[in-house]
Amino acid sequence: MTIQFKDESFRGDFSYANSPSNIPRFPFPFPEDEYMYSTNIEPHHAARAGSPFENAFDVDEHYVAEMKDRALVLAEDPGRCQALPHMETAGWDFVELVMVSKARDYPDLFKLTIDGDRWHWINKPLQIDDTFTFGDSSTLPCHPMEYIGRQVQGDHAILDQRDGNLWLDAGIITAQADWSLDFDVGMNFFEWHAPVPLAHELGVFQRALKFLLTLPQGQPSRRLNWTLTVNPRLDTSPENYPKWGPDRMTVTPENIGEKVHLRVELQTFWRLPRSNAILFPIRTYLMAMNEVVTQPKWARRIHRVMRDLRPELVEYKGLSRYHPILVEWLSQFDDGAPTSPGIFPD
Amino acid sequence: MSASDHLIPVVVSNVVEVNPIIKRFEFKHVNGDELPAFSGGAHIVVEMLDDGTKRKNPYSLMSSPFERDQYAISVRRDDTGRGGSKFMHEQVRPGMEMKISAPVNLFSLDLRAKKHLMIAGGIGITPFIAQMAQADKLGVPFELHYAARSVSQAAYMDSLADRFGDHVSCYCDDQGEGVDFETLLSSQPLGTHVYVCGPKGMIERVVETATHLGWPAAHVHFEHFLAPPVGEPFEVHLAKAGIDITVGAEQSLLEAVEASGTPINCMCRGGACGQCETAVVACDGEIMHNDHWLDEEQRASKQLIMPCVSRFRGKRLELDL
Repeated sequence: MTIQFKDESFRGDFSYANSPSNIPRFPFPFPEDEYMYSTNIEPHHAARAGSPFENAFDVDEHYVAEMKDRALVLAEDPGRCQALPHMETAGWDFVELVMVSKARDYPDLFKLTIDGDRWHWINKPLQIDDTFTFGDSSTLPCHPMEYIGRQVQGDHAILDQRDGNLWLDAGIITAQADWSLDFDVGMNFFEWHAPVPLAHELGVFQRALKFLLTLPQGQPSRRLNWTLTVNPRLDTSPENYPKWGPDRMTVTPENIGEKVHLRVELQTFWRLPRSNAILFPIRTYLMAMNEVVTQPKWARRIHRVMRDLRPELVEYKGLSRYHPILVEWLSQFDDGAPTSPGIFPD
Repeated sequence: MSASDHLIPVVVSNVVEVNPIIKRFEFKHVNGDELPAFSGGAHIVVEMLDDGTKRKNPYSLMSSPFERDQYAISVRRDDTGRGGSKFMHEQVRPGMEMKISAPVNLFSLDLRAKKHLMIAGGIGITPFIAQMAQADKLGVPFELHYAARSVSQAAYMDSLADRFGDHVSCYCDDQGEGVDFETLLSSQPLGTHVYVCGPKGMIERVVETATHLGWPAAHVHFEHFLAPPVGEPFEVHLAKAGIDITVGAEQSLLEAVEASGTPINCMCRGGACGQCETAVVACDGEIMHNDHWLDEEQRASKQLIMPCVSRFRGKRLELDL
């Protein structure tokens, strides 16, 4: 398999776009015509060749550009990467999981040679060739979580497990949908989820926590989450709200197809072996509405989902300003025909 | 989904008689592959095919977490138990192929601790052997206080004292020795976490003493090494499956459900993790709640049961399975 990595931007001129061949592999988040919260967790098994669920850590055409964008964010704001002192072992677990997985799943792009504690890692797309001592952070240029976090798409939070709860004690978060690591670091599961509407009353977080506390090693899980973002901007952080908040004023019926992006998070959950922590990758996929509607099933369904979305969710996801014109625009692609079950295009 | 659906095929590489009641079993992957990394305090579930009965018992890993080519567990023989330990002692020999689960840790070190204070009673020593290797490698201060009934039953006492020197203090009941919990717990530096694994009475005394001395609850950790108790056989109706099953005297309800082919989640099989929590549809009788998961209110409600360790006595029990 050869991936043609794109040279593109997630800021400024926003040259990010999906190649036509990349569109059908988008993790469309709506299995039905109606959307409501659910814990919707399933085993993160290899599924469907070519889909983003095929490998442990999906690598796609945006890899190199996303890693460049991460470096820009970290240069401006080092606080986006934080690890409390007890999270170093978990950082090494993260290094191992990513390197072993990527070397196994993409042998033409990544190579890992293990000789006892001496590890040799080659990352061809990013032109990295490093040798280090596993477990000895002085042999890396930075904290192990930051080292590997700069080489894997998606944000990564690491949750320490103790006292029957999970604690957000480390993370490298540069592509977030409006939440702040700097604000949340050290919080427990209920604290960092406190702003989410409706779900607490439904008991979603109680069930999700119970599930995660007993997440077994070697049996990762996944779920999809979604929101909408104006412009293909990865860094929609509270810290940078002045940069992206006003974008929502720029949406018009004429430009909505290219401006508004469906933003999907492929969230996975991994029990880490040496730290007993949980690695929580939040991998973001962006797709312009113009690209979404190239798939007739998705076009019909996203219209129905957006039209019937509960007002609390419209508000929470920050869609209020352009939600009516989006529904109106999408309606032209919905002929009322039934849609097939599941998320994959017909 | 259940941890025991993903078993690892291993070969018994060694069986060592540690003393008259304890044997150590060492496992290697059948293919010679590395076994999964783990953290101190983790256990595995060992599957035993005992003359037609499938038993699955959890045992703490005592090998070093940095050792990936083999795992070691120690099993104390319990002749009054359900037969799992007896099977391990009498039937398991080097060269035998068995299946084990991936490691699960419900008793991990709190990695924020400035010091780890470990208190072991009897066979409760095993998780600490792995934890000490971990603390030693991480360079965090630790101290083990290990009590056993007699010198002859004090498994690994000498070797641990040799290996970890001043970090280890030993106490044998038959020598008139015992841990003075009050003194021990009142003389620890701030930031210490205490861990206790051993008989119920010992765990209770440590928790009580720590509470009385004002230790924060989050700094007190304990693990009951609970084996499913034996009892009278009983009948259960599984409502979704629409079948009646019989739980044998030496069988757990969980094992009986599994034997019937009915799907059920589970992980620790020792009443601690909460995975197998099952709703009770009807109960005319008494549920013997043996778990550490449900709270008093939940128990009294008779609406939930932990099939891995709990049993029933009465006219009718109907479960949502």
